[in-house]
Amino acid sequence: MATKNITENALVAVIGDEDIVTGFLLAGVGQKDKKKNENFLVVDNKTSQSKIEQAFKSFTTRHDIAIIMISQKVADEIRYLIDEYNQVIPTILEIPSKDHPYDPTKDSIMMKVKRMTGSD
Amino acid sequence: MSGKNRLNIFPTRMALTLMKIKFKGAATGHSLLKKKSDALTMRFRKILAHIVENKQLMGTTMRDASFSLAAAKYAAGDFSNSVIENVTTANISVRMTTENVAGVHLPTFEKLSEGTISTTQELTGLSKGGQQINKSRESHIKAVEALIALASLQTAFITLDEVIKITNRRVNAIEYVVKPRLENTINYIITELDESEREEFYRLKKVQGKKKKDMKAKENQKALDLEQASMTTPTQLHPVKVKSMIEDEDEEKELLYE
Repeated sequence: MATKNITENALVAVIGDEDIVTGFLLAGVGQKDKKKNENFLVVDNKTSQSKIEQAFKSFTTRHDIAIIMISQKVADEIRYLIDEYNQVIPTILEIPSKDHPYDPTKDSIMMKVKRMTGSD
Repeated sequence: MSGKNRLNIFPTRMALTLMKIKFKGAATGHSLLKKKSDALTMRFRKILAHIVENKQLMGTTMRDASFSLAAAKYAAGDFSNSVIENVTTANISVRMTTENVAGVHLPTFEKLSEGTISTTQELTGLSKGGQQINKSRESHIKAVEALIALASLQTAFITLDEVIKITNRRVNAIEYVVKPRLENTINYIITELDESEREEFYRLKKVQGKKKKDMKAKENQKALDLEQASMTTPTQLHPVKVKSMIEDEDEEKELLYE
């Protein structure tokens, strides 16, 4: 139960396609510090898997991030990383994207929930 | 069964008292942990119901948000790049607080908003489509709020899941390992003590028997002496009986004293 020492005001990180990132940045979650470290990653067809993995890993190890929102399509690409991720904070949230409707059967957390309840 | 699964301890009365105290402690601990586990499970079920509900709700919220973005894009043209490039500081952040449930700290997130749109973002859509962009912004803020609430539930879910597992493991360990072992030890000590008590009793009986025998022998000797002293007046009534008795006693006397 070792929770990381997180700064009082933590950030929300976003990994997803252009529309998702634009939307959330419009809402004002984006942050870029002086070293050009961003708390978001735009994933398109050209983005390699290793780049997503790297971003995911850096977000999960950063101390100022409390929530990582990742679109389900991207999450599928690094599914193994998400499944073995067992920290409490930052929390990983799988969100639906525009062209990929939300599928609860793929969500790692929902799978756990289902295993718990044992029903459909 | 009781031979193996017990503590290696010397069976004394003190050890018995000690074991009894330990057993009582284990029973108290068991009931306390059980209560904790029950409380956590209750909370857990509540969260579980909420999580499923919110996840379904998230689908519609996100659809609204992306639809509004599409509308804004239609009105203002593709402004993604300018938005992405103009990021400076976040004006939505989350504050973490912890909630205490039966001794478990559950992290909860709370949205912190600075209220103002950062100046670099404000200029987006100045030329056209500003209204649509604002609408889209608002619907995304709503989505973020919903997602933060969901994240709260999710962290609580993960934390509780782990804690409940640990607690249940402890409860079971006490119930199926610690308690039977203590019980076996107590039984073992009681059996051993009973046995030694029986042995002691038997020994006392033996000693008493020996003492009685000795006393009887002494009395017989006295009787013999008396008889020998009054040999001058032999009785006619039991000559044979007395004679055989003397012989017997003589033999035994020899055995005893020589």
